[in-house]
Amino acid sequence: MVSAVFHTPLQASMDAKADAAANLKAAKAAVAEPLKPVPPPRPGFDWNGLLLKVLPPLIGVALLIGIWALLTMKSETFPTPLATFDAAVKLFADPFYSKGPNDQGIGWNILFSLERVAVGFGMAAVVGIPMGFMIGRFEVLNRMVSPLISLLRPVSPLAWLPIGLLVFKAANPAAIWTIFICSIWPMIINTAVGVQRVPADYLNVAKVLNLSEWKVITKILFPAVLPYMLTGVRLSVGTAWLVIVAAEMLTGGVGIGFWVWDEWNNLNVKHILIAIVVIGVVGLLLEALLISIAKRFSYDEHH
Amino acid sequence: MNSFIQVQNAEMVFSTRKGRFHALREIDLDVAKGEFVTLIGHSGCGKSTLLNLIAGLLLPTSGVLLCDNREIAAPGPERAVVFQNHSLLPWLTCFENVHLAVERVFGAKESRTALKQRTDAALELVGMAHASAKRPHEISGGMKQRVGIARALAMEPKVLLMDEPFGALDALTRAHLQDELLKIVARTHSTVVMVTHDVDEAVLLSDRIVMMTNGPAATIGEILSVELPRPRHRVELAEDSRYVHYRKEVLDFLYTRHGHVESQAA
Repeated sequence: MVSAVFHTPLQASMDAKADAAANLKAAKAAVAEPLKPVPPPRPGFDWNGLLLKVLPPLIGVALLIGIWALLTMKSETFPTPLATFDAAVKLFADPFYSKGPNDQGIGWNILFSLERVAVGFGMAAVVGIPMGFMIGRFEVLNRMVSPLISLLRPVSPLAWLPIGLLVFKAANPAAIWTIFICSIWPMIINTAVGVQRVPADYLNVAKVLNLSEWKVITKILFPAVLPYMLTGVRLSVGTAWLVIVAAEMLTGGVGIGFWVWDEWNNLNVKHILIAIVVIGVVGLLLEALLISIAKRFSYDEHH
Repeated sequence: MNSFIQVQNAEMVFSTRKGRFHALREIDLDVAKGEFVTLIGHSGCGKSTLLNLIAGLLLPTSGVLLCDNREIAAPGPERAVVFQNHSLLPWLTCFENVHLAVERVFGAKESRTALKQRTDAALELVGMAHASAKRPHEISGGMKQRVGIARALAMEPKVLLMDEPFGALDALTRAHLQDELLKIVARTHSTVVMVTHDVDEAVLLSDRIVMMTNGPAATIGEILSVELPRPRHRVELAEDSRYVHYRKEVLDFLYTRHGHVESQAA
């Protein structure tokens, strides 16, 4: 390199810097280049995203089981995770056996509980949703009923059970009654709020078009209220599932709540732990089901 | 004059929590058949209140409003309203939104196919036939407003009432829709009462501009007849001396004689 001979050190260093900068640019370009042409949408699966979604919950569960295992290592009374798992495998090997009224498979117990929830909750929906509509539509009714709702809503579910036993004189209807009365409030309240929040614009449209009352209800009120209503339904189902376990413990019969109590009397703690997990999973599934229904019926509203 | 809408000595007093609010006083207005009238004024001057009175959504405290010699006692489809925020029902498609109105007005007399044709024709008229299966959240603000206009026009109303229909749109979309509205009105010979706060919009569209004084107790300050030949073209009018003159008249009323509304209101 002849030119280098004439360079002063300063110039040389500057050149070097320039060179370095150029190299850096080139390097950057080299790195950027393969990215530059927008990559065609890859049909490949997003493994990374899935991993990030799935991994943390798994770690959480593993951590819980780990702590449980550590704490029960030397315990005589409290079963270890492994022992519980073994018991669960046995239990779920035959979930639908039936040996008399007090000894039935866990599948039957869950189904009987779900049936009670369905009946109690269904009746609550049939009564509560129209009631919510009325309360939302008529201010007088709202003022009449609001204090009563505020008073009765926070009452513990089990306080209603004796009333049910007294009136129906049987355990099963009493349990259903308890579900009914506890799951009705969220549906009434949410439906009423939904009706009150129907945008005035929509009602003005109804007035200008001079729509019939039937059209107002089917085309404007009902669709506008539906998302609120479904929120109420979701909360109600959650409450109902919460209440059934407690109610069944007291009333007996076939059902997951009674099953827990029965296993406690047998001192079968493994089964109680299994029941807790099962109750949680069923509650989760109910919630997920209703969320998916709600999503289907909700409309996007962006002005 | 063949007056179609008559407002005779209308007063409007709202009873609010803070007491009585005198919104409008001594309103007298006649609108002829086929006339395009705009109501202009500063915000809070009660121009929307006046429109709502004509729509029948509000009833006057005193005075009389007539439409086609009949008292306006309630809203009705012969006085179609285009709302400021389009007010399309979000759970219905554009077609269904318009069809709801068509069905209400013509459902008793006409067959299903005829109702469908009317709906399609109305969407066609505003250039929205391509979006008839879309829901309001899938189309732009300007398109929503077009569908709102289609819904109103589909009812074949005697009067089209528009409450700042283009107020929420950007300037270019607004200009475009104004031009469309001019064409539609020329075709349908509709009687239109429109609320606006846009001076150019008022001069471009109107046969008469009703200028309102500031509230409370607002009234009609002046009525300006815009005698520009139709069809009107915004670009040509921009240099038209009469257009400039009318524009200045309105500006003069709004800002010189009835300005500083904020300080009065505060």
